[in-house]
Amino acid sequence: MKTTLRFALLASTLLAGAAQAEDVTLTIESWRNDDLAIWQEKLIPAFEAANPGIKIVFAPTAPAEYNAVLNSKLDAGSAGDLITCRPFDASLELYNKGQLADLSGLASMANFSDVAKSAWQTDDGAATFCVPMASVIHGFIYNADAFAQLGIEVPKTEAEFFAALDKIKADGTYIPMAMGTNDQWEAATMGYNNVGPNYWKGEEGRKSLIAGTQKLTDEAWVAPFRQLAKWKDYLGDGFEAQTYPDSQNLFTLGRAAIYPAGSWEISGFNTQAGFKMGAFAPPVAAEGDTCYISDHTDIALGMNAKSAHPEETKKFLEWVGSADFATLYANALPGFFSLNSTPVAMEDPLAQEFVSWRDKCQSTIRSTYQILSRGTPNLENETWNASANVIKGTETPEAAAQRLQDGLASWYEPQKAK
Amino acid sequence: MAQRKAVRWHIPVFLAPAVLVYTAIMIIPLFGTLNLSLFNLDETKTRVFVGLANFATLFGDPRWSQSFWNALANNAWFFVVHMLVQNPIGILLAALLSSPRLRMAAFYRTAIFIPTILSFVIVGFVWKLILSPIWGIAPGLLDMVGLKSLFAPWLGKEEYALTTLALISVWQFVGIPMMLIYAALLSIPDEVIEAAEMDGVTGWSQFWKIKLPLILPSIGIISILTFVGNFNAFDLIYVSQGALAGPNFATDILGTFLYRTFFGFQLQLGDPHMGATIATAMFVIILVGVCFYLFAIQTRLRRYQF
Repeated sequence: MKTTLRFALLASTLLAGAAQAEDVTLTIESWRNDDLAIWQEKLIPAFEAANPGIKIVFAPTAPAEYNAVLNSKLDAGSAGDLITCRPFDASLELYNKGQLADLSGLASMANFSDVAKSAWQTDDGAATFCVPMASVIHGFIYNADAFAQLGIEVPKTEAEFFAALDKIKADGTYIPMAMGTNDQWEAATMGYNNVGPNYWKGEEGRKSLIAGTQKLTDEAWVAPFRQLAKWKDYLGDGFEAQTYPDSQNLFTLGRAAIYPAGSWEISGFNTQAGFKMGAFAPPVAAEGDTCYISDHTDIALGMNAKSAHPEETKKFLEWVGSADFATLYANALPGFFSLNSTPVAMEDPLAQEFVSWRDKCQSTIRSTYQILSRGTPNLENETWNASANVIKGTETPEAAAQRLQDGLASWYEPQKAK
Repeated sequence: MAQRKAVRWHIPVFLAPAVLVYTAIMIIPLFGTLNLSLFNLDETKTRVFVGLANFATLFGDPRWSQSFWNALANNAWFFVVHMLVQNPIGILLAALLSSPRLRMAAFYRTAIFIPTILSFVIVGFVWKLILSPIWGIAPGLLDMVGLKSLFAPWLGKEEYALTTLALISVWQFVGIPMMLIYAALLSIPDEVIEAAEMDGVTGWSQFWKIKLPLILPSIGIISILTFVGNFNAFDLIYVSQGALAGPNFATDILGTFLYRTFFGFQLQLGDPHMGATIATAMFVIILVGVCFYLFAIQTRLRRYQF
């Protein structure tokens, strides 16, 4: 008995010693399980080649579970060294709890504009706790072959947009628009926050809402719901039970003509779709109006404050903030547009189309993300439900807007009834 | 009292592993949860004792209480569907299986029981595909018998989604009441059956008058298992409808409501204190249900036993 114990102790000591001599391994927590191959084949080898002695493991969880899983892991102390940061409050909360380290001192932070960093800063901007990686742009991706076949011009105004949808519907070969309401978030993210900025004039409306000078029941905020209510007639049969992957497949199989999209779809669609694709920005009310696009700061990388290897982790984050990484990342994942101040050359035509709107249109971020989703009921989550209801026709645009306003006013001081 | 009884050490020794493990992983966390529901954060984000204030919020605040009663009502309907569909079908199947003239009984028994051992993830995913309006075989099958007009995107309609999911759950678990009742039917002594036959009680009347009263205790056990299982249900709804339990919270049951509150969802941050409050409410509901069964029903059932 005693000898066995002695052997066990000896063996564990030896093993521990061996482990110390090995390379430092850093683990990345992420919700981007779609990007696993890109991290493993392109990004991580590039870093490891330049930095011998540091090994990186990319360990993603499913997007819908990420926040819950990450919070539990951080509380339990078992989270990885590098934490992929959701924008705004979810990450701010982690920083306030001392779970994300302050990264303001990183040299590569100088490569990012204040707007790029705003999603991962304290409200006063004193501390930045994640290195910005990318933003995503909303718009519509269309089947260019189908448009050519039906003789449809790319719509610029709302009237042209609905005329195009009518024409596709009358022809009957294609489902006019691929979207379902089963998973709810597409209705809000690719619906409400996609077409909305044109109505509430981007940043102007978003900031007024935060300041309390505009309400969700104002025309500018109800009008996007009115447009969504009209979408119902152009969605496929049984769209109520259509999930997000269903919509993606309907479009890439060539059965639907228009897909309300986020630019993150580009790389997936490029490999799946066997036809030519194009993209157009959310149509404006009248020809020549200023267009507004949702150019949402979406993803960043932070450091677990309890990481056992802070030096190596910072080294990796410096690299993530460099122009080298920006070029690698933007080209490996067309549709995730770098937030780095250094211009990045992109090869993908669809990604170029999306990013070209930054020059023509005014950029804004999703209206519900900053500050307004801090309370209960949570405005973003309520917007999912309201947008899905409006598209299904089970709630009128006015009733949905009223419900959101009541919910927001119940806890958000500047919006409380005056 | 002349001779002191020897301490029977083997009893605590043999009980110890079960008691210790059960206490560590069930009892302590249970009281931890009950305790957590009495605390909340104050303005400075420090945890303070708030007494029953969380419960006042849960039942008093119109938003919280609306979500809670919606989840409870949905949960009750989920249970009713199981009681009205799963258990009668289970009893019927058991009665058929125990018929001596049935051939290949072992095959049917196994086939019907197999879904029970499948993972919720597989069941949810498979049924979602079957019922999908785009790729599913349900619209095609209905079309073949000329009933295409009856098809609807069931999982996406507020009025059908919960019932559809309840029936999927019934499909998955019908094997359990079947097995329990089957075992109860087999344990009925042959003398009783023979005596009944002598008296001319055969066929269905034999089932209703002789066998059913004898298996009532098993039905009671099944009912209480169904009750506890349904009010703790979560997996199937989460797998097929997500944590928001769409469409428009029509499939939200206590389990998904608890999950959303406790762990948070998307931009909604988790709130362990309100989560623990909901968990406590669930615990009380199940406790009341089980006590009702034990004291009001179980005691009466005994009269039917030999």
